[in-house]
Formats: sequence, C-alpha cells, structure tokens
Amino acid sequence: MQGKCGLFFTTYAKECQVFHTDFQKSTVALFFLVLLAAPFFLSSYQVSLLNLINIAVIGAVSLNLLTGSCGQISLGHGAFIGVGAYATGICTLNGWPFLPALLFGGATTALVGMIFGIPSLRLKGIYLAIATLAAQLILVYIFMHWTSVTGGAIGMGLDPPVILGYSFDTDLKMFYLTLFFAVSAVLIVKNILRTKSGRAFVAIRDFHLSAESVGINLFRYKLQAFGVSSFLAGIAGGLWAHYTMYINPEQFEIGLSIQYLAMIIIGGLGSVIGSVFGAVFLTLLPEALGIVANLLSGFFPDISTYFLAMRDGIFGLILVFFLIFEPDGLARRWQLAKSYFKLHPFAH
Amino acid sequence: MSLLEVRNVTLTFKGIAALMDVGFSVEKGQIVSLIGPNGAGKTSMLNCISGRYHPDSGEITLNGKNLLALPAHARMSTGMSRTFQNIALFKGMSVLDNLMVGRHSRITYGLLASLLYFGRARKEEDIHRRRVEEVIDFLGLSSYRHKVAGSLPYGVQKLVELGRALAAEPELILLDEPMAGMNLEETEEMARYILDINEEWKITVLLVEHDMGVVMDISDRVVVLDFGQLLAEGAPEEVQSNPDVIAAYLGGENASFLGI
Ligand SMILES: Nc1ncnc2c1ncn2[C@@H]1O[C@H](COP(=O)(O)OP(=O)(O)OP(=O)(O)O)[C@@H](O)[C@H]1O
Ligand SMILES: [Mg+2]
Repeated sequence: MQGKCGLFFTTYAKECQVFHTDFQKSTVALFFLVLLAAPFFLSSYQVSLLNLINIAVIGAVSLNLLTGSCGQISLGHGAFIGVGAYATGICTLNGWPFLPALLFGGATTALVGMIFGIPSLRLKGIYLAIATLAAQLILVYIFMHWTSVTGGAIGMGLDPPVILGYSFDTDLKMFYLTLFFAVSAVLIVKNILRTKSGRAFVAIRDFHLSAESVGINLFRYKLQAFGVSSFLAGIAGGLWAHYTMYINPEQFEIGLSIQYLAMIIIGGLGSVIGSVFGAVFLTLLPEALGIVANLLSGFFPDISTYFLAMRDGIFGLILVFFLIFEPDGLARRWQLAKSYFKLHPFAH
Repeated sequence: MSLLEVRNVTLTFKGIAALMDVGFSVEKGQIVSLIGPNGAGKTSMLNCISGRYHPDSGEITLNGKNLLALPAHARMSTGMSRTFQNIALFKGMSVLDNLMVGRHSRITYGLLASLLYFGRARKEEDIHRRRVEEVIDFLGLSSYRHKVAGSLPYGVQKLVELGRALAAEPELILLDEPMAGMNLEETEEMARYILDINEEWKITVLLVEHDMGVVMDISDRVVVLDFGQLLAEGAPEEVQSNPDVIAAYLGGENASFLGI
C-alpha cells in the first residue's frame, strides 16, 4: 500500500473511471490472466460450465439493465433469448457467416423487445409483469408452431460458430468467444449506466413523474431500455444456440425467464457486478448440489434421486432466502468486503 | 415581451375548476411569488407551466414560445426547470447523479456514444460534471456528493432538489414551497440561495410559498390566487394592503402571515 487512507481524485474524469487504484487495476488484470489460462488446466466439462456462465452473464446483465436499473420488470427475458437463438440460427442455416447472423439475431430481438415493451408506457409493476408474461407465452407459441421456420417441437440443429474460416468447435475455443462477448456486454452496460441513458433509466425507475420534469422522454428511454436489453439477450441466445448446436422451444420456456430473474435478485438488482455473481451462482448451483448429493450418497444411498427432485425446491428456497435476508443481493456483500479491505487496518 | 406569460388559463378536474381564467406575467430577472390559501391552485398553475397538467383553455408562453404545444419533457429545453412541493428526488441515485440528471436536456451525445464511452461521451460528461460541481459548491453539498439522495435529511434533500433544477441552467426556475417544513435557520438559508440564484446566476424565479415574511421580503412582484381565481397582482406592499387579499386571508390562520 502507498500509505493513503481513502481515495482522492485530482480530476473528474479520473473519478469516473471504473477501476481507481493501481491495486484494483492489477487485481483485475491478474483475474483475467487467470481466467484466460484456466481452460488449459480444467476438464472440458468444467470449461463447458465456464461457457454457460459467460452466456448467462450476458443474459443477466441485460435483464438487470431493464429490470434492476430501469425498473421495468420482465418475465419474457427467456423468450427474448429464444428470439436471438432462432434468428441467428435461421441466418446461419441460410449460409450467413456467424458474426453478421449474430448481429442480426441481436437486432431482431431488440425489435421484438421494443414491440413488447410498448405496454410499459402504460403499465407498471405487476401489470407490466403480466404483459411481459404474455410476450413470453406468445413467443414460445411461435417457436413451437411456426414449424416451417423454427422446426417446431423437433427443434433446430446448428453448427458451431465459424469466424473468418476458424471454427469454434471445442469448449476451449468457444470459451474465448463467449468470454469476449460477456466482457463486451458487461462493459457496454457499465458504460450506459454511467452516462446519459443510464441515468435516465434509473430516474424512470425512481420517480417517473419527475423524470419527465427534468426533460426525460419516458417513451423514448423505456423503449431504449427494452431495446438494448433485448439486443444483448439476443446475442446471448445466438451464442447459446451455436454453442449447444441444438435449440428447441422448451429451452426458452418461462422457467428460463424466472432463472434470469433469480440471477439478478440473488446478484443484486441494478448492479452490474451483481449480475455476474448471480450468473455464476445459479449456473454452478446445480453442480454444487450434485457434489453434495454425491458426498452424502455414501451415507444415504438413495439421496441423489431425492436431491434431483428437490433441486427446484432448493432453488426456490435460496431465492426466498435472498429476498428476505439479503434483498440487495451478493453485490452488497461484495461492497462490504471491498470497503473492509480498502480501509484495512482501520476498519471498524 | 415578458419572459413568461400566462393568459386565461382554465383547468378543471372532472368539472371542478382548479384554475379559472388566470393570467399573469413574469418579467425577465424578477422574483415573482405566487401565493394563496391552501387549495388555491398554486401547484396546479406550476403543473400547467411545466407540463404535468394540461389546461382546458388558455395560453402559456416562455420567451414567446407556446409551451402548451410541447410535451412535458420537451419544455425543459425551452429554458425552465422546477422543484416540487413534496420532494421528488431520484432516491436511489447519488446526489451527484441527481444533479447530472438535471442536465439531461443539455447533454447532446446519443446512445451509441454512451456504449463506447471513451471519446465523445467522456469529453462531454467532463464538461457537464464541471457545471454540476459549481452547483454543488454553491449549495454547499460537497460532503454529500456521493451519498444516496434518499438517505439524506429532509432539509438537505430540499437543497438537492434545488440543485437538480439549477443544474439545468434554466432561464426560469419554478419553486414549489422550497421552505415548507424547514426551521428558521434553514428557511433563511434557502431565501439567501433564492436571492443569489436571481442576482448572481441571473435566473428568473417563480416562487410558490406560504411563508409571507419571506415572500414579502424577496419578491419583486406578488400574484395572489384564491379558489382558482386571480385575486390580486402587484408589488408586495400593494398586495399586502389590498382589501380583497386581506379578506381572503382573514379569519384563517394565514392572517398573521400577512403581518396585519
Ligand atoms: N390531480 C388532481 N386531481 C383532482 N383535483 C386536483 C388535482 N390536483 C389539484 N386538484 C385540486 O385543485 C385544487 C388546487 O390544488 P393545488 O394543489 O393547485 O393547490 P395549492 O394552491 O398548491 O395548495 P397548497 O397550498 O395546499 O399546496 C384543489 O382543490 C385540489 O383538490
Ligand atoms: Mg401546492
């Protein structure tokens, strides 16, 4: 340490930086170095989990922008991810290169999200939740029944992404691609939140009437929130589709929407780092439960079958636990831990 | 031409008139107070000007520009901003961000610049941050800069709200009972700020306030509303001695405020 207590800034621009101290910067750099090297030391199953985490981060950070920061609750995020998955998949099946297809998938989802976001101009809270639930059901219905395009219940088989002739056909290769998009999504959302649009979103969440009185066009910014959020959801969907190489309507049911809502609640509403924590937490939760079941099976041979059945129950319990005891999510724990170390050894 | 002109404004709620054929004007550079007993229609008038309410008939112009043709959010860029009778801060945001939001209409970069941040957005943010810091210094809010607005004491929140309106660098500021609920010391401080805003920042003030002492002290002109109608308009001394005004306030507890 340089022996200073607290942080002082000499320019406003410095204060606006995401990472302030050299210590923070080197910690983050180290973290990414470890992350970039990690796949070489992990099994391909473990790398596949990292891939799922990366994709979940994109989905969570985008939902958190809409619901946590702008206050527009959405029960349709799972279906929006589905729109991105199908739109990207349809393009690549028609011979488009992967990247333009992915961007098209994102753009299509943004458009669909904005259309289903229109009711938010009139509806709030539970009513908006129901309107977005309708979006969820309608979209899955379309995935299921527009058979000529989506393949209906049979689903759609896809190839791994190919970019400039390079095929991302292993978990390891895919990891760097999903990581790139996850980091980009996090940075984009972080940048939005520290500038004009992000402040407008939070203003709408906190007090939409006075938001209008400071000159914020509610129509424009609510739709913008739906648009950006859905665009990123579409990117998550497109990546997921080409990573798992198979999609069907069931994957994008209401359960997926609820899982993303759970991520941002557990991680912390309105917090970017919280979205990341939530995505990691919920992706690894089934694994952790599996490990516990395995350990216990030495004593109770049948436990793993029960555990599987109890998985949803445990998931629900954890969610309720967070809602009651830690409504600000893991992000708050993180803040507390950080401020403890920042002031160490003067913490009290 | 006056800065703000209100002509024949009528506003009704389900047939009940909150404002009836009200007209007055605010000259550039003045402090004009809008007073009247509870329920007289003062807040309704500010809401008509700022766009929250839409009058049934009448005209409101700012610098000759027809305000009623503009939606509420577009009126800020014509050069006005306001505070609210009941605190209407963005409670989850820091004081700094509340003030930065106040500058929303003045920020020109779009979403794409936001996404990338570096370059245009950062450069412009820096400029706006400087202006906001001037407001923070002026109102003595520097120790609250990074505090969450909702967690601050009432008096400070009132100041932050004033700061948010000032951050917009308006030509005309509408203040709805900025001293309500404040103690004597805070009231004096607020009166001082209003005078400074007017004199140093060259901002025209339309003030709604119940504290007659303050109103008579700092106003250039006073407009009196009663039951949605214009009762009197003039210099503080004129209004104070107007028999209609005395009658309207007489009998009510408000009488003592007039100092009669
Ligand atoms: N949104 C509304 N719906 C129905 N009636 C309203 C509404 N807003 C105001 N009114 C009515 O209009 C009249 C004027 O109200 P207003 O709030 O403008 O009074 P005021 O002069 O600001 O009073 P106070 O000093 O108590 O703030 C009141 O009778 C009030 O009940
Ligand atoms: Mg009022």
